Amino acid sequence: MKWTKKDLLDLESLNREEISMILDTARSFREILDRPVKKVPILRGKTVVNMFFEPSTRTSASFDMAAKRLMADTVNISPKTSAVQKGETLLDTARNLEAMKIDLVVIRHMSSGAPHFLASRIKSGVINAGDGQHAHPTQGLLDMFTIREKRGQLEGLNVLIVGDVTHSRVARSNIHGLIKMGARVSVCGPSTLIPMGIQDLGVKVYYDLDKALAEADVVNVLRLQLERQKKGLLPSLREYSQLFCVTEDRLKKAKPGITVMHPGPMNRGVEIEPAVADGASSVILDQVTNGVAVRMAVLYLLSGGEGSISEAIKKEA
Amino acid sequence: MKELKIQKAEGKIIIRNGRVIDPANKRDEAADIVIRDGKIESIGKAGDPDPKAQVIDATGLIITPGLFDMHVHFREPGREDEETIETGSRAAAAGGFTGVACMPNTTPVVENQGIVQLVKSRQTSYCGIYPIGAVTKGLECQELAEMGDMFHAGAVAVSDDGRPVTNSNLMRRALDYCRMFDIPVISHCEDIFLSADGAMNEGALATRLGLRGIPNAAESSMAYRDAQLAALTGGRLHIAHVSCAETVDVVRQAKRRGIKITAETCPHYFTLTEEAVKGYSEMTRVNPPLRGKADVQAILEGLKDGTIDCIVTDHAPHSHEEKEVEFDQAPTGMIGLETSLGLCWTNLVETGVLTPSQLVEKMSLNPRNILKIGNCKLETGKPADLTLFDPKAKWTVEPEEFFSKSRNTPFKGFDLTGKTVMTVLDGNIIK
Repeated sequence: MKWTKKDLLDLESLNREEISMILDTARSFREILDRPVKKVPILRGKTVVNMFFEPSTRTSASFDMAAKRLMADTVNISPKTSAVQKGETLLDTARNLEAMKIDLVVIRHMSSGAPHFLASRIKSGVINAGDGQHAHPTQGLLDMFTIREKRGQLEGLNVLIVGDVTHSRVARSNIHGLIKMGARVSVCGPSTLIPMGIQDLGVKVYYDLDKALAEADVVNVLRLQLERQKKGLLPSLREYSQLFCVTEDRLKKAKPGITVMHPGPMNRGVEIEPAVADGASSVILDQVTNGVAVRMAVLYLLSGGEGSISEAIKKEA
Repeated sequence: MKELKIQKAEGKIIIRNGRVIDPANKRDEAADIVIRDGKIESIGKAGDPDPKAQVIDATGLIITPGLFDMHVHFREPGREDEETIETGSRAAAAGGFTGVACMPNTTPVVENQGIVQLVKSRQTSYCGIYPIGAVTKGLECQELAEMGDMFHAGAVAVSDDGRPVTNSNLMRRALDYCRMFDIPVISHCEDIFLSADGAMNEGALATRLGLRGIPNAAESSMAYRDAQLAALTGGRLHIAHVSCAETVDVVRQAKRRGIKITAETCPHYFTLTEEAVKGYSEMTRVNPPLRGKADVQAILEGLKDGTIDCIVTDHAPHSHEEKEVEFDQAPTGMIGLETSLGLCWTNLVETGVLTPSQLVEKMSLNPRNILKIGNCKLETGKPADLTLFDPKAKWTVEPEEFFSKSRNTPFKGFDLTGKTVMTVLDGNIIK
C-alpha cells in the first residue's frame, strides 16, 4: 500500500488502512527514539514550516523534534513574531512561505477548518496540528498508538473520554479514529459540555462518571479550560471536580488494569487527581514520547516515503 | 463583457403576445401591452400593426409588474469597494428587479433624513431605490433614531438589520412610534446570547465540523417576542430572513391572532441546507445560518400557505479579500440579486410549491404593499414598470458575469431555469 493523500487534515477522512499504515510506520520510528543517536537522514533537504497560531508546548516541540530527527529543515512561525501582527492574512502568509520552496506546512489554528482552507489553496502538504474545536489528528493517532502499545490492540476495547467534549478537537479525533479501528467509544461530562448530536458519531453518552468508568478499559481525560465557568457553562470548578475528576477512589471501582491518558496540559486536581496522573495506570508521558514517533511517521508518509521503513532506517543508521 | 443598455421611453412600444401575470388584477393570460411615451396605454389585444411602433415579441415570455426586493445591502455610503448603489442597481435590473429597499447598516448608518436623501440621490435609471432607516441611532440599540424625519425624507421602513434590537422596551417603543407613519419595523430576529460566536446551524454537523452552532431558538424566540410587542402596540412588524421552522410557526400563529405581522425568506433558505457548509465553504456562511432539511420543508410550507409573504435576497456583497479567509472569520452574507429569480422559478414553481402568480405576489405585489410603494399592478395611464423573463431559459450561474461588484455566492455552477430578459422602469427599457 502506498500513501496517496497530500494532506493530513482529520481522521474522519482516513480509512482504516491509512490509519494502520501511519501507526505501523510510527512503530519503526519509535525504535529510533531509544537509540543513542536519534537521527536518521530520511527527510534531508526537505523543509517543514510549523505555523502555530495558538500557544502550544507539546505539539509544537513534538513536530519540530520529529522533523529534526528526520533531518528536515524546520522553520517555526508564531503569530506574535510574524506579519500576522501586521494584518497579513493566513493565505498570504502561507503563499509567501511557499514561495521559499517548502515541502510541508504544519498548522495549529483557532478556527475550525483553517487547515482545510489552506490545503485547498497551496501546493505543499498540510498537516493539521489542531484546528479550533474540529480535529487534532496527530493527537488521535498518538493516543491510538499508545493504547495499542499498552493493550495490544484497539479492536473491541472500551474507551471512555471524560470532560469538555464540546470544545475538544482531541475528543473528536479520538472518536473518529478509534471507531474506525474497531474500538467502542463513550463520552462522559457535564451535559453543558457534551455537544448536540455527538451520538451521531457513534458514541455512547454518560453523565455519571462512576457508571461510565465501570465498563472502560481506557479512560482519556480531557483538559477543562478554566474559563468555562465564566462563560456560564459550569457553576464552579469545585463542583466539576466533585462530579468528573478522575480520582484514585473512582478507579478502584473500575476494571483492574485500566489505562489512564491525558493529552495535556493538565489541571491537576480539577479533571485528574495528581496521584492518578503520576500513578501506575497513567501512560501520560508515554503519549508524549509516542507523539514524536507518530509525527515522524506522518512527515515521512506525506513527503512521499514508501516501502519498508525499517529497511530504510537500518541502511541509514 | 455583458452590458446593460437603457432605451429611453419614447414613442409607441408594443410588447406582443407575452403571458401577462398580474396577481393584483387576477390576470394570467396572453396579452399585448402597449406603452406610449413611458406609460401603459392598453393591455389586451393591440389591434392592427402600427408601422411606427417598436414591437417586442414576447412569445414564450412572462410579463409581470416589476419585481421588488425589499432587503438588499448596497454598501453605499462606506464600502463602495464592495457595491455601490449604481452597481447594485445594475445587478438588480439584470436579475429582473425594478425596485429595491436598501438596509441602513452603511457607514455612516442611515439614521437621519440627510443620509436618507443621500441614498435616494444616488438612484440611477436602472432601478428604484427605497431607503430603510435605522431603528436606533448608530444601530447601537440605545436611543431611537429620527424615524419620523426619515419617513418624511422617503424612508419606507425602519430596521437595525444586521443586528437585533436587543432591548425589548426600545423595540416596543419603535413599533409604537412607527404607527404614526404606518411604516413597518423590520426585525432581524437574533438572540445574541444564544447565537454567541456561532458560525453555522447548531446540530450534529456543527459538532462534526467543530464549528459553534446557532440554535433555531435564537431566531424564533425573538420573533415571538416581537410578535407579542406588535400585538401590544398595534405596530406593523415584518420579520426579516426567516430561516427555520419555529419562526414560520410563530408567524403563522401571530397571523391567526390578527397581529400585524408579515415575513420574508431568501432563496438560500429553501434551496440549501447546512450540508452546503461541509468542506468549510466560506461562501455558505450567512446569518441566520443555513438550516436543516425539516426547516427547508417548513419554509416551503410557509411560502405555500401564505405565512411567508415575500422572497427577498438579503443581497450582501463582500470583497474577495474579506470573504476568502478561515470560515469562522469570514463575514456573513451572500449576494443574490442575479440568482434569485432563477432559484425561485427552479425550486418553487417547477416543483409545484407556488404557482407563477403566487411567485409574482411574493416577489412584487406583497413587498410593494408592505412598503406601500406603488406600481404593484398593471394599470393604463401609469408609468410602465415591468419585468419580462423567459421561464424556459436554462442557464448556469457564473459569478464572473455578474453585474454586482462582488462575487460571494454559494450558487456558482448551479444549473437554473428561468432568466430575466428585460425590465421596464418608468417606460425605459433596460436589457
